[in-house]
Amino acid sequence: MWTGQDLVELPPIPFRATAIKGLTPYCQPALAQKTVRYVGEPIAVVFAESPYTAEDAADLVLAEIDEHEPYLDAPNEPALFGPGLSCEPTIIEKGYGNVDEVFAAADVFIELELNTGRHSAVPMETRGLLARYDSAREVLELHGAAKRPHWNRDQLADLFKLSPGSIELYENSIGGGFGVRGELYPEDLILCQAALTLKRPVKWIEDRREHLMATNHSREQTHRIRAAVDEMGRILALDETLFHDQGAYVRTHGARVADMTIGLLLGPYRVPAYRARAHYRLTNKTPAATYRAPGRFEGTFVRERMIEAIAERLSLDPMEVRRANLIGSAEMPFERGLSALETEVVLDSGDYAGLIEKALDFAGWAELRKQVDERRARGECVGLGFGLFVEKSGLGPSELVEMRVEMDGRVTVVTGASSLGQGMETAIAQICAETLGVDYRSVRVLHGDTNRIAYGFGAHASRVTVMTGEATRRASVAVRDKALDLAAELLQREVSELEIVDGTVRAGEDGPSITIGEIARHLHPASASRGDREPGLSSSAWFHSKHMNYPYGAHIAQVLIDKATGHVKVERYAIAYDVGRAVNPAMIEGQIVGGLAQGLGGALYEEFLYDEGGQPLSVTLADYKMVSATEMPPVDVLILEDAPSPLNPLGLKGAGEGGVNAAGAAIASAVDDALQRPGLVDRLPVTPQYLRRRLQAYDEARSGSTEASA
Amino acid sequence: MERHPLNLTINGTPYAVETEFRKTLADTIREDCGLTGTHVGCEHGVCGACTVIVDGKAVRSCLMFGHQAEGMEIETVEGLEQDGVLHVLQEAFMDHHALQCGYCTPGFLMLAKGVVERGEDLPEEELRHLLSSNLCRCTGYQNIIAAVRAAIVAFREKAAGGVEQTA
Repeated sequence: MWTGQDLVELPPIPFRATAIKGLTPYCQPALAQKTVRYVGEPIAVVFAESPYTAEDAADLVLAEIDEHEPYLDAPNEPALFGPGLSCEPTIIEKGYGNVDEVFAAADVFIELELNTGRHSAVPMETRGLLARYDSAREVLELHGAAKRPHWNRDQLADLFKLSPGSIELYENSIGGGFGVRGELYPEDLILCQAALTLKRPVKWIEDRREHLMATNHSREQTHRIRAAVDEMGRILALDETLFHDQGAYVRTHGARVADMTIGLLLGPYRVPAYRARAHYRLTNKTPAATYRAPGRFEGTFVRERMIEAIAERLSLDPMEVRRANLIGSAEMPFERGLSALETEVVLDSGDYAGLIEKALDFAGWAELRKQVDERRARGECVGLGFGLFVEKSGLGPSELVEMRVEMDGRVTVVTGASSLGQGMETAIAQICAETLGVDYRSVRVLHGDTNRIAYGFGAHASRVTVMTGEATRRASVAVRDKALDLAAELLQREVSELEIVDGTVRAGEDGPSITIGEIARHLHPASASRGDREPGLSSSAWFHSKHMNYPYGAHIAQVLIDKATGHVKVERYAIAYDVGRAVNPAMIEGQIVGGLAQGLGGALYEEFLYDEGGQPLSVTLADYKMVSATEMPPVDVLILEDAPSPLNPLGLKGAGEGGVNAAGAAIASAVDDALQRPGLVDRLPVTPQYLRRRLQAYDEARSGSTEASA
Repeated sequence: MERHPLNLTINGTPYAVETEFRKTLADTIREDCGLTGTHVGCEHGVCGACTVIVDGKAVRSCLMFGHQAEGMEIETVEGLEQDGVLHVLQEAFMDHHALQCGYCTPGFLMLAKGVVERGEDLPEEELRHLLSSNLCRCTGYQNIIAAVRAAIVAFREKAAGGVEQTA
């Protein structure tokens, strides 16, 4: 058994460096040193020869911990993290234009306070690792890596003072990631140290209860946002204050989620002047990090609530308010004047106004509106909601692809991006197949293992189809050129007369032909026909990208509410999403519908609750309620390709996070409509308990006003 | 803790193992019988990833002890394929993109097997209710429901076709 003392030499978990300073003292040690900051923080580790025995032994470990007053509410004054250290390591500021001037001159102001509740990915498979030190090869193997194997490998090399070449991270088939699997956690460090010290393979699989307390949380934010608007509902300036509940430590994302939230808050709207500050605060809860559409699920909720509040104040149709504020497609690329994730936010392409029309048309909005109004007249609390969003995808900086045609004609593609179960292998195979001229089923995609390819940037931020996709296209072009060059010689034809169809190079339908497998044979190092050419029918290609790209879309929700119980039933849902170019529409739809299930969870059911002592209350799947088949409404998905990205030749944008992004906003909008109370929903999740409390408070506050209605 | 001999029959094959009384059926199937298709998602009976069929009924193998299953007919996902031919459910799941990461999939297959093989034409609400027994975090369920529907039809057609051939 080890405690913090045994690992005192090991440095704490690092974070991906950004321009934000002051975070280093707040990193987490592998095992708690002197201070335990959250329930779920590893304080000791027990090693045994079977999991049942290990749990028996763990039951025998008694911890004597002196209690301190916990700091649990980020909007409250920051407490002390340690001597001389505030639990607010940094305040991130962003903005442009002269907000004070605009506010001074404006007549109409709207101020909102909004909250998004703590929830997270909760994939069906918990985390697990297997570490083994192969002393003969002097290699430390870590199996069960995901998301960012190469970065993790480099960090572990630093932490354990090993050469990066002597650590190998292996991906396996994993049960979902959504942003929380694959980051460096205390357990990664503990396992590696154990393998090195005990000189035996060490395995760890967390159980669900542990997972709910120890795997990254997300989403807990308080926003205080103020808008100055004109009589047409146009936003003249926005001033935003964010209190970001980071949990107990700074971990691998640093302050990125807070940074992204305020950097991407404006979505598709113009907003001539903007000022935002994010109070990044550490609380005595599980550390938080990125979870599908991080900062955007929250930001879209806040921004769309503001749009609807503006509409209510000025008695305008919210859709008109949206239209009045949209950036036009002719203005693309549109420089935001803000940064997020260390890059300048430049909206690359988008027809936001066009998407609104297509979404409303697709969902049959006018007809739905009529039906809903009729049902409401008959006494049902039924309503329609809308949420417009801009996502981000294709995060660089780079990706490398190595491609090889085997001598049987099959193609092997190797990439440092990883797979979380989203089907990237198929999308990449398709891009290779289409460019090279082979059947996609003959393309094998290998990924993730750090010893298979020198560099990789992983799977996150909806980047793989864009980054690996474009690198694959380039590598395919190079392989195609090599094949045609040798084929021209062997077939005695000009390159311009040749095409590759189904893996065969031919001069027209009836002309001479040769398979790419045979060409690979001719390019074998020992082959006479190779001449002076580089051996192998292979290539490697990089795609570097300084900017993210920006898919966008809309969510439309119809809900039915039981006023007595506060229960919200989602009756139907529609999502329109422009991805620039859809490589595999079935897979994209799968991502959108799957994302929506998580989004509805965050909008209505999921929350990590704590009591006043900082004890987590949501520690089983009976407490933390996720969407099942009966909560899921029928969903219609419209995939659009109206705005391809100019940033890569295929026009690709990523699709992984659009299904979750605007779910909170659309549900809030629908609940307001169903209960005919604009601005009712001010926090997520809209649980029955919250709704009943909020209804009472809302009606009391507005009683006496002629707008209050039953 | 002491181990005790246990004889299990899984997919028609006998397994003679030795386990502690407290070892769950899920852990026994995975570790002692080497059948890792059955997945553990929560160990408290909510997610259903561990669903197997015991004496014809879909059960949570994480909530049973291995020793409780002695003498019973256990079916796991490994038994769906027969002589290299996939079960109609498996085909349907592939055709309808009803799995992404695949972790919940064995549980859903075993949950749905009964309803598919009984050829019941369940109304939408009832089918959703049945499938709400298990959790999926990737697909949003739409394609799973479509796949099970398609499998019900396919199984019926296959069974009907078989009868016609022998008639």
